[in-house]
Amino acid sequence: MVKTRYSGQDKILLTIGYILLGLFVVAIIVPMIYIIVASFMDPITLQNKGITFDFSKWTTTAYERVMSNSQIWIGFKNAVIYSILFTVVSVVVTLLAAYPLSRADFKGRGFFNIIFMITMFFGGGLIPTYLIVSNLGLVDSMWAVILPGAFSVWNMTIARTYYRGIPKELREAADVDGANELTFFFKILLPVCTPVIAVLALWQFVGMWNSYFDAMIYLNDSAKQPLQLVLRSILIQNQPESGMISDMQSTAARAQLAELLKYATIIISSLPLLIMYPFFQKYFDSGIMAGAVKG
Amino acid sequence: MNTNATTVPNQRQDKGFHNTMLYVKQHWQLYAIFLMPALLLTLIFKYAPMSGILIAFQDYNPFRGVSGSEWVGLKHFTRFLSSPDFMGYLANTLKLSVYGLLWGFPMPILLAFLLNRIQSTGIKKKIQLVLYLPNFVSVIVLCGIVRILLSVTGPLNLLMGTEINFMTMPEAFRSIYIISGIWQGAGWASIMYTASLSNASQELKEAAVMDGANILQQIKAVEWPAIKDMVVIQFILQAGNIMSIGFEKAYALQTDLNLPASEIIATYVYRKGLIDGDYSFSTAVGLFNTVINVILLVAVNKIVAKMNDGQGL
Repeated sequence: MVKTRYSGQDKILLTIGYILLGLFVVAIIVPMIYIIVASFMDPITLQNKGITFDFSKWTTTAYERVMSNSQIWIGFKNAVIYSILFTVVSVVVTLLAAYPLSRADFKGRGFFNIIFMITMFFGGGLIPTYLIVSNLGLVDSMWAVILPGAFSVWNMTIARTYYRGIPKELREAADVDGANELTFFFKILLPVCTPVIAVLALWQFVGMWNSYFDAMIYLNDSAKQPLQLVLRSILIQNQPESGMISDMQSTAARAQLAELLKYATIIISSLPLLIMYPFFQKYFDSGIMAGAVKG
Repeated sequence: MNTNATTVPNQRQDKGFHNTMLYVKQHWQLYAIFLMPALLLTLIFKYAPMSGILIAFQDYNPFRGVSGSEWVGLKHFTRFLSSPDFMGYLANTLKLSVYGLLWGFPMPILLAFLLNRIQSTGIKKKIQLVLYLPNFVSVIVLCGIVRILLSVTGPLNLLMGTEINFMTMPEAFRSIYIISGIWQGAGWASIMYTASLSNASQELKEAAVMDGANILQQIKAVEWPAIKDMVVIQFILQAGNIMSIGFEKAYALQTDLNLPASEIIATYVYRKGLIDGDYSFSTAVGLFNTVINVILLVAVNKIVAKMNDGQGL
């Protein structure tokens, strides 16, 4: 690689560019650090003076209160179950459907493609979908948040494009060996598709973990609510789970504590994904590019 | 002569049909195992609701069903279109997404150009790690952080020595929405541009550098062509989806007082339909939104195709 030399004008341009990039990075990090530091602080100091870096006064009260609350754990448990089930169902259905549609000889390809594509642009909308789900008896069932969005046409086109990039020789070799479609698919095709499978799985998992709308409209039973709905009542509706603050005497103390609990809640709830994320980073580029190629 | 002329294509059709049946028989697994689950989910959760659109033309009563409810024609559409709120919600929706697109669309491209200039892969990887991070924060947590930072007793007010309640100001809503959106999404959206840029021919770039091209010239000759297609596709997709701006974030940033700016069609459909129980009216509003969205998508695709030498999506 040639070591690039920049002219004076270029240097100015680059400096401005890097400053912008630096500002963007700082803008991402600062709020995160703020939340982390604030979560350990004494609520009264925090409200009056803002954050201080006086570590000697740090307390873990907020964490203890949040962690000892059962609703948070129920939310966690539900979110894990829904996200894993959704990821498995979605990825399996999507990978399966993409296979016939990736084959040039598949009869009815155009027809099925159109059937699927239409749903990307046109749909019944909120109420008709709600009525179908409710008529199927799925209200207050976890399948209401898992099934309706499980098949993603967009992800299917990504998998389809990826299959097409697999050398044809693989298929021909399998034909010679007399392997049927299922054997070929599971034993030969899928093992060479791990990058795209990893990315689709990550997207679906993160998507389900972070969403709240479907759960909000379909799951009323608090024992079935996923984490994001519990977070919603604490962070957005300012209604901390009752056990968290009820022992405080004055309303002011309760309000301050409720505020402090938000910070700890944010940290606790965001940790799992943020810890997982660097392990998946290596798949980002390959997977995203797989999907970016025009299908 | 006539009989001959008509029988020949018929025979061909029969043969074609026969071949198809033979193919399906031989490859039944492709239909019955591979395609079936996706097809069933699509029919049940996408196509069945489409028939439910009928209730937009009724005074739907859940106890009587579609067949027993009274047909009212376009009543709900005229009611919505002639209501004074309509223009407000439509404007809120359009402003939020058009401004969001104008401010948000160039950011990832700029980030990708800058990342591409960093020569140390170690530093580049670390910066990318930070840039992608907010994408993994949920909408609820993002809006929770926004509300904390902007609260009356929050750090921004403390820093400025003021007591402004940003979340209750309609005029602040769009900026909050768009800036937090860029904060969360720009880094992640830059991935595909970064990847295209690293695929750009290194030789071409070296040749340009040898010829003494400055940065702007390099961008014009090498880097822009490498990501142009991607930019076009992304633009069509985003511009075409202007009316389908998401419910989740707008709803999580709404307060009673900022509703004049924050009530968009998606949240209005929810409020009317599932909170007030006005199923028919809500469906009509949703249908109106979908139709506009389809029209926009087709229009944007046509316009871009014209500008891009006939290459649309």
